[in-house]
Amino acid sequence: MLENLERIQIISIIGSIFFLFLISKLIRKNMLKEAYAILWLLFGSVFLLFSCWKKGLDYFASIFGIYYPPALLFLILIMALILVLIQFSIVVSSQNDKIRLLTQEVALLKNELDKTQQKNSPQASA
Amino acid sequence: MQICKKLLIVPCYNEESCIGGTLQELSQVIDRDFKILVINDGSEDATSEQASNTNMALVIDLPVNLGVGGAVQTGLKYAQNKNMEIAVKFDGDGQHDPNSIAELIQPLKDDIADIVIGSRFMNSNQGYQSTFWRRIGIKFFEIICHLLTGKKITDPTSGLRAYNRKAIKFMSSHYPSFDYPEPEEIILAHKNNLRIKEVPAVMRDRQAGSSTISSALSVYYMCKVTLAMLFIAMRPPIRKEQTNNA
Repeated sequence: MLENLERIQIISIIGSIFFLFLISKLIRKNMLKEAYAILWLLFGSVFLLFSCWKKGLDYFASIFGIYYPPALLFLILIMALILVLIQFSIVVSSQNDKIRLLTQEVALLKNELDKTQQKNSPQASA
Repeated sequence: MQICKKLLIVPCYNEESCIGGTLQELSQVIDRDFKILVINDGSEDATSEQASNTNMALVIDLPVNLGVGGAVQTGLKYAQNKNMEIAVKFDGDGQHDPNSIAELIQPLKDDIADIVIGSRFMNSNQGYQSTFWRRIGIKFFEIICHLLTGKKITDPTSGLRAYNRKAIKFMSSHYPSFDYPEPEEIILAHKNNLRIKEVPAVMRDRQAGSSTISSALSVYYMCKVTLAMLFIAMRPPIRKEQTNNA
């Protein structure tokens, strides 16, 4: 699988490993939630796999009818980016809802609190 | 202490110059059993102080700006928490005429509707009829509403609305949350078997402040609202259990 490494393969293997290492480090430091890292790790691994296993890339490219095998990498990359962006949109939408609910709840509670404080303050001073 | 069972929700955003006048006018006209609730949607000016200084309204301040939808929903949640019988949504910028309110809530009292919309285009065509381009937009939403619900709503963008207890309960959980929620609300209500009725209402040109929709953004909003209406129509009705849990 690793015989006759070409220069581009070595570069891409190092790149993929560095990418996976970066993602793991971010998870370890609690800067990235595991749930949002799954897609990054998945596609990082796919890139590492195809960097090592060049024949595999040629094989899958021929299955899809792609004449120029590296174009398959671009396809995978674009799909990965689209998936991650959709995931972000979902997260943003759900956070939007949560922030709205929290804001409303805080406003209503603050109103209740003010009312309770007003009710209690004359007794406290008496 | 008198227990108010009717709530007047006044959402406002940066309306310090006219909110005082609106509240003055409101308190002179409406029944005494109405409680006025100003929802200050994170204004940067003195809207909140101006409103509380009148001593005519309860003011709830949202810590951040949510848009009209989020502000109105806060008012509906308040109505739901306090078990109000009727909630009326009334704009703070002086567009709506307080004299319309009695007529607006009559169908709720007669129990022939759950949501009543005040329409500036019904019958007489009196009062402010909006600008030409805005009327085209309103006509467009009227057609979409008609296609999606089979109902003729002459003023789907009108913000003057009244809700009964059933509608308060539903909308306090499911009100469309962004800016410009009115046309979406009609589809959502229709989809979930709330009865909608329109009554004539007179509207005026806004006395101050600017519309929530600037002209540059209006195309974006048209697309966004149309899309939301289509998707609400495609979604199945929200089930009862969800309404209770939310």
